[in-house]
Amino acid sequence: MSEMTYAQALNQALREEMRRDETVFLLGEDIAGYGGAFKVTQGLLDEFGPERVRNTPIAEYGIVGLAVGAALTGCRPVAEIMYMDFMALAIDQLANQAAKMRYMFGGKARVPMVVRAQEGAGRSNAAQHSQSLEAWFVHIPGIYVAIPSTPRDAKGLLKTAIRDDNPVMFIEHKLLYATRGEVPAGDDIIPLGQADVKRPGRDVTVVAVSRMVHVALQAAEQLQADGVEAEVIDPRTLVPLDVRTIADSVRRTHRLVIVHEAAERGGVSGEIAMAVMPEVFDYLDAPITRVTAPNSPVPFNARLEGRFIPTPERVAAAVRSLL
Amino acid sequence: MKHRAGRARQEGDAGALPLEKLLGMYRGMVKIRQFEEKAKELFQQALIRGGVHFYIGQEAVAVGACAALREDDYITSNHRGHGHCIAKGGRLDLMMAELMGKATGYCKGKGGSMHIADLDRGILGANGLVGGSMPIAAGAALSAKLRGTGQVTVSFFGDGGANIGAFHESLNFAAIWKLPVVYVCENNLYAISTCAAEATAVENIADRAAGYNIPGVIVDGQDILAVYDAVSQAVQRARRGEGPSLLEAKTYRFEGHFTGDPGVGYRTKEEVEAWRQRDPIAKFRDDLTATAGVDEAQLKAIWDEAAQELEAAVAFAKASPEPADEELLTDIYA
Ligand SMILES: Cc1ncc(C[n+]2csc(CCOP(=O)(O)OP(=O)(O)O)c2C)c(N)n1
Ligand SMILES: [Mg+2]
Repeated sequence: MSEMTYAQALNQALREEMRRDETVFLLGEDIAGYGGAFKVTQGLLDEFGPERVRNTPIAEYGIVGLAVGAALTGCRPVAEIMYMDFMALAIDQLANQAAKMRYMFGGKARVPMVVRAQEGAGRSNAAQHSQSLEAWFVHIPGIYVAIPSTPRDAKGLLKTAIRDDNPVMFIEHKLLYATRGEVPAGDDIIPLGQADVKRPGRDVTVVAVSRMVHVALQAAEQLQADGVEAEVIDPRTLVPLDVRTIADSVRRTHRLVIVHEAAERGGVSGEIAMAVMPEVFDYLDAPITRVTAPNSPVPFNARLEGRFIPTPERVAAAVRSLL
Repeated sequence: MKHRAGRARQEGDAGALPLEKLLGMYRGMVKIRQFEEKAKELFQQALIRGGVHFYIGQEAVAVGACAALREDDYITSNHRGHGHCIAKGGRLDLMMAELMGKATGYCKGKGGSMHIADLDRGILGANGLVGGSMPIAAGAALSAKLRGTGQVTVSFFGDGGANIGAFHESLNFAAIWKLPVVYVCENNLYAISTCAAEATAVENIADRAAGYNIPGVIVDGQDILAVYDAVSQAVQRARRGEGPSLLEAKTYRFEGHFTGDPGVGYRTKEEVEAWRQRDPIAKFRDDLTATAGVDEAQLKAIWDEAAQELEAAVAFAKASPEPADEELLTDIYA
């Protein structure tokens, strides 16, 4: 075990997988000498050289497209897209190409690639650099979606994503990079589709995604003061989704609140609720509720942005409304 | 089709333009420089949040280009947009209030540095997506053509922006439909840390004009009169209905990529210093005094006036209220 930041954990995962498998290579804007806009790839150029740590032109469509071609033919590319918002330029290659190949080609293709991107608000980066867009990828069969909230999960899931034979959209959060946590040394592999109970509780289940896991944990602290015990579950991957862990919890607590930073409409809360509904309907004591961003772009002004992002207070209030 | 821009007038002959025009151009550059220096200061005081991309060092490009435009012409901009906005007549008070996230700002504090627009002045917006404004510029040009207004659009983008697919699609569209648009590449040698030579197969972005069968012109981006001449010719051509041009201004950003980047590491100190010696404002000042009979006192008066305007803009921004909470949910649909 050692303590490190989320960014360092990702860096370790990349380094270890590149050492382990020489077909793993990285491509993205400013990832080489500069170490990436969020410093996740820092130092990797020195160890692996410019053939395997490749600076690209500003060309998101090309970055992801080249990753698809390389993955189809025996490499394991890890592409970095600087901001999730820019995936709008590249989603064709991921959704129409990478995600479809295995199926369209009758099971013959493997496309073992990872696209990493960071999302989220909280840095006054305004409407084009702050969106949470995980739902876009959840909707496309053929892509896995990982969205870790802690350094340990980040490292374990990235290693799994790189070794997996499918395209994986790997979603980081810009406010998580500097957060610290314990990370076991070596191969602490975390499988896709395995949720993690971040805090046990008996009164309500709170499923939270990405940075909202920490917001939910803060809400749980506040609720504890009132004698309410919230169980906080991090699905860690949205595809595959660990329905069992969530449903088992809700059958005990009889209440479910889902929290994400993405806009409400079409967000993954709807999907999570419907995925567990058949298993928990008879056990529910209250309607399934969600706490999300409003259906608006992300505002620049810091105070408005503060109102946009779900807070522990809002999560706690949602829980209280169910009791 | 590519050529280096020759000056329409004699080399260094600032005297061929009306004095008022020349001083107006000088004023524009000074306003940008002062605005950016002040924004830097306010950012350090945490009165401006987010990331800010400074235009310092590139002033001759925006001002030279916009000086060649009519008031009703359009511009599109990128992430490094303050200079373009000021050059096209954007108001410092509304810009400063926007940078500080105030309700009185250009975008009610909801857009910030990277999203300032003033549609009444033809400023179709800064842009957070590299290349994002390039097809929009072609679209505005198409609209001007369809509406028969004679308006021209100038689209500013960087050397990094030249490598995104939108660049190719936009130039091809503009060329096949002979759209009245001028693409102005500000080649400041870097896209964040990535050197243009590393990311671009041709030596000059303007070389690519051949692929679209349009004029490609290289111009010294530190020389405002050279920029003005080259853009004027391209704008006249566009207005005559002869289609788009691709201009490349060789320039340099004196600061880091944005407030979070010191701007060294990937650039040598010597390189930065050498370019700082080629300050576009100092050069124009020399041109004006040497060949247009302008004296130091006039230039100082312009500098002081600009400083006063900026001071008032900052005071306005500081005194302005934050947007009301309800603004979070307004302006989403028309
Ligand atoms: C589509 C897209 N990709 C990446 C970025 C991140 N980014 C912002 S500015 C920039 C560099 C732009 O370089 P250039 O076009 O040369 O303009 P300069 O910053 O030098 O003025 C990058 C990569 C972005 N904003 N949009
Ligand atoms: Mg550049």
